[in-house]
Amino acid sequence: MLDYVLKGGDFDTAGEASSKIKRILQQIGVRSDVIRRIAISSYEAEMNVIIHAYSGVLRASIYPDRTELSVADEGPGIADIDLAMQEGYSTAADHIREMGFGAGMGLPNMARCSDEFSINSVAGEGTKINILIRHS
Amino acid sequence: MSEYFHSVRLTPERCKGCVNCIKRCPTEAIRIRGGKAKITEARCIDCGECIRRCANRAKTAVTDSLDDLKDYKYNVALPAPSLYSQFSADVPANVVLCALIHLGFDEVFDVALGAEIVSDATVEYLRRPDAKKPAISSACPAVVRLVQVKFPELIDNLIPLEAPVEVAARLIRSTRCRELGLAPEEIGVWFITPCPAKMTAFKQPLGAEKSSVTGAIGISQIYGELLKAVAVVPRDANCQRATARGVGWALSGGETSAAAAANSMVIDEIHNVSDVLEQVALGKIKVDFIEALACSGGCIGGPLTVENRFVAEHRMHQRLAKMRAEDEARGAAPAQYHPDSSLTEYDRTIEPRPIMRLDEDIFKAMYKVEQMEKTLRKLPGLDCGSCGSPNCKALAEDIVQGEAVETDCIFKLRERVRDLAQEMVGLAAKLPPSLEEREDD
Repeated sequence: MLDYVLKGGDFDTAGEASSKIKRILQQIGVRSDVIRRIAISSYEAEMNVIIHAYSGVLRASIYPDRTELSVADEGPGIADIDLAMQEGYSTAADHIREMGFGAGMGLPNMARCSDEFSINSVAGEGTKINILIRHS
Repeated sequence: MSEYFHSVRLTPERCKGCVNCIKRCPTEAIRIRGGKAKITEARCIDCGECIRRCANRAKTAVTDSLDDLKDYKYNVALPAPSLYSQFSADVPANVVLCALIHLGFDEVFDVALGAEIVSDATVEYLRRPDAKKPAISSACPAVVRLVQVKFPELIDNLIPLEAPVEVAARLIRSTRCRELGLAPEEIGVWFITPCPAKMTAFKQPLGAEKSSVTGAIGISQIYGELLKAVAVVPRDANCQRATARGVGWALSGGETSAAAAANSMVIDEIHNVSDVLEQVALGKIKVDFIEALACSGGCIGGPLTVENRFVAEHRMHQRLAKMRAEDEARGAAPAQYHPDSSLTEYDRTIEPRPIMRLDEDIFKAMYKVEQMEKTLRKLPGLDCGSCGSPNCKALAEDIVQGEAVETDCIFKLRERVRDLAQEMVGLAAKLPPSLEEREDD
């Protein structure tokens, strides 16, 4: 089980947690196409916290047959989850979009890459996402 | 015979066991053992970075030599486009090419002609609806190997086209066999190479079962003789060059402009390539075409070139400007070979060669990952390399694999020595009860 503490707005370390998770999966010998889905999901989850929230924790639980990712943040939450799940919908500020982030693909990407996906959010409090990806 | 052939080798007498090469190797393939650099063959991608870094010239590339020509009835030189960059733009292209005839070849065939054919095939490929985007050029063999070992998930993104030299070799070999009535094994086809990875590619082809190239001779190896030859070759010597479009492949970005790839990205230098492919694997790079080259500046920066890479680049730009003007004056269209697709197509698929896995057994691998993380926390994190592994993380991995021990770390060793010394001092102060003064007396 690996926990990574994330800080909103901290672009210097953005992507570090997910690349560590990816490296470990490679060392374990998980299939490369599965690793790719896990890496994309964890990266999008990590970036969501950095772009939208104040702070959060990304947790990866790696088992022989599956990887579970959970990310819980303290942040503005998502008012309309159905809308947020639509490709291209984004609430990211302009300066974030200028950096090439906030294209509105984060949540749809996570859902597309995972075998099980759930999201809970309370506006004004934060968001919690659980992802499960099977290794075969 | 080992499973992998590698061109990059060590001359043990020259190796001091310093850490320069292990720290720069993009796949962490080198360890210092017994005071000498040792290459892990499965990890090596023949990029030649260690050749470049070694101050003692202990790392070399095994290539063929001009002596090998005598084993063949007819010898063809295939000069890499980067060869032009090793000479001033005042030396005409035909003189550079014909200098090779002077060295004993029967014929010179400009690899840049192969580059033109591959450029056309790339244009075709990028138009195909089933082409996986971003399509990554497979022209640089070190990059292809980097994908095999570090990014197996991107193998399908590699463009399944042969490199220009292979295409040129197929073309000239089949033509000359037919015209001269020679058997294929009687013709020697030699690549004049700026890089060791190409040498490896012929001995262990990436896309074809058997390469049409007989061998490779490093540019640096024959540079002295070439310089002499260039001085005596007549200016009107008859050797045909390719157009600027093909020759431009020598520079980073040349392939992209030759293929007129619109939404494209050009990356050079192997560590940069690795960083960008990391992002490609995350799906972040939305381009159609990626030209990735292991050497800084492109092939002109190859480890087996002689000229400084920036000087070479400048010369190449000057030469290309001249060539373009000449091409235009002549109305020279790129060579029209009307290549059939068999010239450029791969004969087999590229297999992944992942190197990261700690154990075949997933349970054992997971245990090793845990042990590795624990070990890593105990190490100083200075990444000094004195233990012979490139950094603390690599040492932790070597320890769990049983290839190193914790006291290989000089800081851990010093800690142990200090602890032992303190224990000895403590023991030395101890007296037998017969001599010890008792307070209750």
